[in-house]
Amino acid sequence: MEKFTTHTGRVLPLCRSNVDTDQIIPAAYLKRISRTGFGDGLFAAWRAADPDFVLNRPAHSGATILVAGTDFGTGSSREHAVWALQDYGFRVVISPRFADIFRGNSLKSGLLTVIASQRVVDDLWARVEADPTVPVTVDLERRQLRYADVAVAFELDDYTHWRLMEGLDDVDLTLRHSASIADFETARPTWLPTTA
Amino acid sequence: MGKTLAEKVWQAHVVREAAGEPDLLYIDLHLVHEVTSPQAFDGLRVANRPVRRPDLTLATEDHNVPTERIDLPIADPISRLQVETLRKNCAEFGVPLYPMGDVEQGIVHVVGPQLGLTQPGMTVVCGDSHTSTHGAFGALAFGIGTSEVEHVLATQTLPLHRPRTMAVTVEGELPAGVTAKDLILAIIARIGTGGGQGYVIEYRGSAIRALSMEARMTICNMSIEAGARAGMIAPDDTTLGYLAGRPHAPTGAEWDAAVAYWRTLRTDDDATFDVDVELPAATLTPFVTWGTNPGQGAPLGGAVPDPTSLGTPGEQVAAEQALAYMDLTPGTPLRDVRVDTVFLGSCTNGRIEDLRAAADVLRGRRVAGSVRMLVVPGSMRVKEQAEQEGLDRVFVAAGAEWRSAGCSMCLGMNPDQLAPGERSASTSNRNFEGRQGAGGRTHLVSPLVAAATAVAGRLASPADLTAPVTVGPTEQES
Repeated sequence: MEKFTTHTGRVLPLCRSNVDTDQIIPAAYLKRISRTGFGDGLFAAWRAADPDFVLNRPAHSGATILVAGTDFGTGSSREHAVWALQDYGFRVVISPRFADIFRGNSLKSGLLTVIASQRVVDDLWARVEADPTVPVTVDLERRQLRYADVAVAFELDDYTHWRLMEGLDDVDLTLRHSASIADFETARPTWLPTTA
Repeated sequence: MGKTLAEKVWQAHVVREAAGEPDLLYIDLHLVHEVTSPQAFDGLRVANRPVRRPDLTLATEDHNVPTERIDLPIADPISRLQVETLRKNCAEFGVPLYPMGDVEQGIVHVVGPQLGLTQPGMTVVCGDSHTSTHGAFGALAFGIGTSEVEHVLATQTLPLHRPRTMAVTVEGELPAGVTAKDLILAIIARIGTGGGQGYVIEYRGSAIRALSMEARMTICNMSIEAGARAGMIAPDDTTLGYLAGRPHAPTGAEWDAAVAYWRTLRTDDDATFDVDVELPAATLTPFVTWGTNPGQGAPLGGAVPDPTSLGTPGEQVAAEQALAYMDLTPGTPLRDVRVDTVFLGSCTNGRIEDLRAAADVLRGRRVAGSVRMLVVPGSMRVKEQAEQEGLDRVFVAAGAEWRSAGCSMCLGMNPDQLAPGERSASTSNRNFEGRQGAGGRTHLVSPLVAAATAVAGRLASPADLTAPVTVGPTEQES
């Protein structure tokens, strides 16, 4: 996983709540067996249905920070939603609340999900509407969001913070505890089923 | 202080805990399907890692599989490649697989329980958000992403932060005609699609204890639609009755030892939950959705709401967007909403009791001429059972299509899809925009409402139908 330290970019305002992962990437795109190339499926239905959908507006092209309403990433566990956002060029998603599985997936894959209050989200939407080029900085090291004269702290647990900053792979980290796993396995009850 | 059920199961699976780090949790059962696994197996291959416990892993083909002419190769080349990739990966890594055509094939969340692989107190994961289904047994079961699938394949563990706990207590008796599906839709409408975020829900109370295992699975299945990664119900005699004699359930002295442990899996009387929600059972009525998320629901006897009457400005905007997509006008009685398609199936409502309930409504009746009804059993075993009971003949006599097992129109990854603008009454779990086919409109309903809607051609409950015609001899056989 690529290290994440700080990122400055432009904002794409997605003024909707409850953006489910079926919208982020429709099921038709999930048939692929690769991990790359999902950007063309990002918000595919909305992009196709509405020429004025925010992702279709040239003013926002090149945006790398998606700012969405509350309950972003609900529904299906498809990690393809994270891959699609990354493949399209997004490094950060900001929302008042994320669905658990989506948030877990994003932080495993190096897409930084930042929880900000609705007040901050509304403020960002308003500023970007006034000026789509307004730069926003997401400083992971200091766990701080900065734009114009505003600086807002965001929360992220120390462990995830460290893992993202170092770009560490979870499987590698866990395999350091292989002996503990083996010990645990010897003590499991014998009635537990196997699939063999 | 006492522990909740979720805390007990969690604690029993902690491999390692350290200050400032997530707990490392052991996974007892890892279910796999074709959509969320190929990239995970690729990851193992790149790192030259084996599957640590193929004997705790089980794969089935469900999302892509056609439900007609399953003797033929899958026509869609991309779907076929994904299914073939699963077969290749399972062969290479030694993972047991139930492929299309196998008598044990079916939706992953139907297959696990019916084989007796899902047992109380276990940890169960799958790259599928409806893994919460298995919590009906008092297991801690939740959906994961593909990175986590790879992690479990490689280590049989997951690093996880401890969730908070929520009790949803339903006391009283569900009125006749009100099912587990109506109850969970009402719960989601109450707490919202994000209300369970960060929590494991434990469903409690006399109305929950009175439910069959299949009804409990319907409840836990849709926990994720309330934002909760997992839902649980404490095991009891109903649970043991379901498990006894299943192929992977313990036997003899092992069964006795397991039961002794399972009896301890209940929330202690002095334990506390982070949040308590209560819902009375007696006042519930059939419940359907009108919007584009599962929290946008109302009693069938109600009307399409006026967005301005709803809670927050955010909810009002969401409702306006939903009604525009659904092509519905505020104030329209829900019983006036006409549908083109009825889908009976999915990991929510594709089990034998669901099919029996719908068949009871359809016996001696006809699906309206304007309606296409698909009946898709959750597994090939459910299909077999239904055919032994003659339910397939009831469905076909009523004018419904009787199909083979799979996820089917729940998410339309196979050919079973809504056309743009079509409207369905569906026993599945998600009414998201385009979920059942691009431009399709979905109303989530119970199997009883699905069957009655098929007959009426508009949203209806069995009580709304006129009496069935006299049942002929061929339909009476069972």
